[in-house]
Amino acid sequence: MKLHEYQAKELLARFGVPVPAGKVAFTPEEAKAIAVSVGKMTVIKAQVHVGGRGKAGGVKLAKDANEAFDRASDILGMDIKGLTVKKVLVAEAVDIAKEYYCGLIVDRNVQSYTLMVSKEGGVDIEEVAANNPDAITRFAIDPIRGLRPFEAREVALKAGLEGNINKIASMMVGLWNTCVGVDASLAEINPLVVTTAGDIIAADAKIDLDDNALSRHPELMAYRELEAEHPLEVEASAFGFAYVKLDGYIGVIGNGAGLVMTSLDVVARVGGKAANFLDIGGGAKADIVYNAVKLVLKDPDVKGVLINIFGGITRADEVAKGVIRCLEEGILTKPVAMRVAGTAVEEAHVLLEGKPINIYPTMMEAATSLVNEVNAAGGKA
Amino acid sequence: MSILVNKETRVLVQGITGREGAFHTEKMLEYGTKIVAGSTPGKGGQVVQGIPVYNSVTEARAAHEIDASIIFVPPAAAPDATLEAAHAGIPLIINIAEGMPVLDMMRVVKEIKELPGIRLIGGNCPGLITPGECKLGIMPASTFKAGRVGMISRSGTLTYEASAMLAAAGIGCSTVVGIGGDPIIGTTFIDLLPMFNEDPDTDAVVMIGEIGGADEEMAAEWISKHMKKPVIAFISGRTAPKGKRMGHAGALIMGNVGTAESKLEAMAKANVPVADTMDQIVELTKKTLGL
Repeated sequence: MKLHEYQAKELLARFGVPVPAGKVAFTPEEAKAIAVSVGKMTVIKAQVHVGGRGKAGGVKLAKDANEAFDRASDILGMDIKGLTVKKVLVAEAVDIAKEYYCGLIVDRNVQSYTLMVSKEGGVDIEEVAANNPDAITRFAIDPIRGLRPFEAREVALKAGLEGNINKIASMMVGLWNTCVGVDASLAEINPLVVTTAGDIIAADAKIDLDDNALSRHPELMAYRELEAEHPLEVEASAFGFAYVKLDGYIGVIGNGAGLVMTSLDVVARVGGKAANFLDIGGGAKADIVYNAVKLVLKDPDVKGVLINIFGGITRADEVAKGVIRCLEEGILTKPVAMRVAGTAVEEAHVLLEGKPINIYPTMMEAATSLVNEVNAAGGKA
Repeated sequence: MSILVNKETRVLVQGITGREGAFHTEKMLEYGTKIVAGSTPGKGGQVVQGIPVYNSVTEARAAHEIDASIIFVPPAAAPDATLEAAHAGIPLIINIAEGMPVLDMMRVVKEIKELPGIRLIGGNCPGLITPGECKLGIMPASTFKAGRVGMISRSGTLTYEASAMLAAAGIGCSTVVGIGGDPIIGTTFIDLLPMFNEDPDTDAVVMIGEIGGADEEMAAEWISKHMKKPVIAFISGRTAPKGKRMGHAGALIMGNVGTAESKLEAMAKANVPVADTMDQIVELTKKTLGL
């Protein structure tokens, strides 16, 4: 789960990391009131889940409360990369002397979190990693022991950071404490600012939470914004499906993440483009298949559906029953190609006899036939 | 022969009294897996499928010789169950749980690394099978045929798919290991490739990778330096967009790390043939083995 900057800063502050004074506002009036209480120049920042807010005009300075009102009016309602800005962070503007980067990522290569620190802060760290990888100092943290202050100091020195090294290291340890305290899968302070007065402050922050650990942080569920997620992704999560909305036109349903991922690849290989990823999991019964097909067909982009099931514990006849129910209820208005292999395939064939659904023995045949049919009907356009 | 497990492997099932544990215990016993004991805290003294149940791994260990343990407990408790088995000295631990917090698994993997002679497979994996001898997992038994091809895979269903396709072409497997779809796993390609390399009953290895991380790149490097046997690779998720988690928690491209292009390039550099489709795995395996 991705958090907004203001939410990430709330969590950092809870773990003792200094952040600029400020609050989230939903209206220009609220923005003005916050600016009054800050009592200094403020920065008004759009809170949307996309990068590049500054370039898109979603970050503006305001020298007083009236300006804060005006800038908040400009930014609220603005469209940034397809997302409407519904709230802004109004925060004390900091006098920047230096801007650094400090982040923690789940790193499978070291089987732990890697601390990444760079003098090149305030810019997209992925660009730094691509253009100037030597500008990033990396340190694998012992996940049991945690990040020690001396280790943080060593990393900061190695990265060439200048300023009060104890305060900088203490911010890194604070970031680590936040990261493990909330079970983050990503935690970044960017930029980590050294002010002209020599203070160290987290001027911007980003946190992604580990969804698998949310159950032990019930208080963080309040940060979930259902309206910010794709409605079909919300519905799918209620069914327990792994569903990802994609930008093509072929609905894809399968059992097992690898099989579904490969199905997307096969759809692309035969000239189509997947509209979604949907994994129904193992051992699915007819009602699960029914709900999956129904869900995928709710997407207006979907012009045809590929169902790819490798039956082990999952029975092909159960899958067929689910699809037939969709057919009987009139939900199945688009072409469907099914690939079913394994347990109870013969029974599935008997059930589907005479029904307008094609069954194929391999995913390649099913995908080819479906994509050809949909493309011929102009589905691609 | 095979790697890791064979018909002599004596198995403990942790969480044997649960629905999944009992179901798969039955299936594994049907296959011929030598299950000697089960454990569930508070259920000691019960009998499941004829198998005695103990309160802890230590109690089970005191009563039986145990070579491997498979864990069927919910994701919140699975990291602890894994450590329980490790500290009881079980040399091979299979953790199939999906949905464990990543921090927990980092700590488990680190702690196990410090215990000599203990290997963890998973989590979020189907387990492993030496066809005809020992099934230590949740895979459908019928798709696997005994033979001389080793298999390592990050995906469960693709393992079944590939094994079934090979079996249909008359090609069997020595041992098939599902290493799991999580970002932090106990055993990866470079841990298993050396075992297959030394196994006299394995002639070639099929490795099924996917987007996310750099395990395939590291494997390619190891192969180019040390592998004496042919390897055939498949990479899933070639068309997956960046930054979107594709079902598996570990199947995620972050920035430029974990892309299919990078993996394909590494395989090409190591002269490892890559199948573009699942069907091609069979063709390439046949070609490699001169069949």
